[in-house]
Amino acid sequence: LSITSVDTDYDNLTITLVADFDAPIQQVWKLWSDPRKLERWWGPPTDPATVDTHDLSPGGEVTYRMTGPEGDVHHGLWRITAVGSPTSLEFTDAFADEDGTPIADMPVSTVTVQLTERDGGTRMEMRLMLESREDMERLLSTGVVDGLRQAVGQMDALLK
Amino acid sequence: VWKWIIYNLMVVDDLSNRAVDELLHALADTTRRDILRRCATGQPSVSRLARAYPMSFAAVQKHVAVLERAGLVTKERRGREQLVRTDARAVSRARQALDELEATWRGRVDRMSDLLVEGTEPEGKNSRMGGTG
Repeated sequence: LSITSVDTDYDNLTITLVADFDAPIQQVWKLWSDPRKLERWWGPPTDPATVDTHDLSPGGEVTYRMTGPEGDVHHGLWRITAVGSPTSLEFTDAFADEDGTPIADMPVSTVTVQLTERDGGTRMEMRLMLESREDMERLLSTGVVDGLRQAVGQMDALLK
Repeated sequence: VWKWIIYNLMVVDDLSNRAVDELLHALADTTRRDILRRCATGQPSVSRLARAYPMSFAAVQKHVAVLERAGLVTKERRGREQLVRTDARAVSRARQALDELEATWRGRVDRMSDLLVEGTEPEGKNSRMGGTG
């Protein structure tokens, strides 16, 4: 089993996941950076994923679709906020319509991935944060990185 | 506590702009945020809440009413007391959304692991070009 720990924080809507793989960093990074590999693990066997576009650079996008057992197609979209090949990646993941426009009232998650070498293998630490629709709307209207920082900052300030 | 409440109300319940305004108004006050915090873990009565703040019973009652109007708390009458608590639906829905996200990622990590094992099998051994794809 690869998963070392999972911590779910209901107050902050955040999941922290740690996994250890018996493979070098480059190989684990490829699971994210190679679209043909990515689509082999992103969707469950019942809803396989197809990656349509894949640009892992800051401000870049990854678009994908998942096809369900009834032939139903669900589109999704990553917006890349930070990349440090081959060890770190940060993006938002949202449901999208057929044109790749995020659907406003569906949950958006922010994903942070960090890879480090550990005992000859690779440790993958992930933070998954559910974001509100408001965050996403601001994200779209003010640019990816600024919007995210701003939205989270504003919300934090409001809730202190 | 705050994030899941907002998440639930905005995302799951699809609030109107007016409702969002009410929500933000409700949250924009220190005493009300403190009341909300108490009601998320316990189910205090209005009179018990009133004893916790240096203000009149009527003033506290007014704060509770603002929270109630914003959909953040519900009131329940028990005998002569009015018990206040954070809306339970808000809690369970946010938890559910997070549980689903967790299950999704557990599945993904398992599949990543399988792919990496596949990548080290003889035909893909030490291949920096990506193994068996």
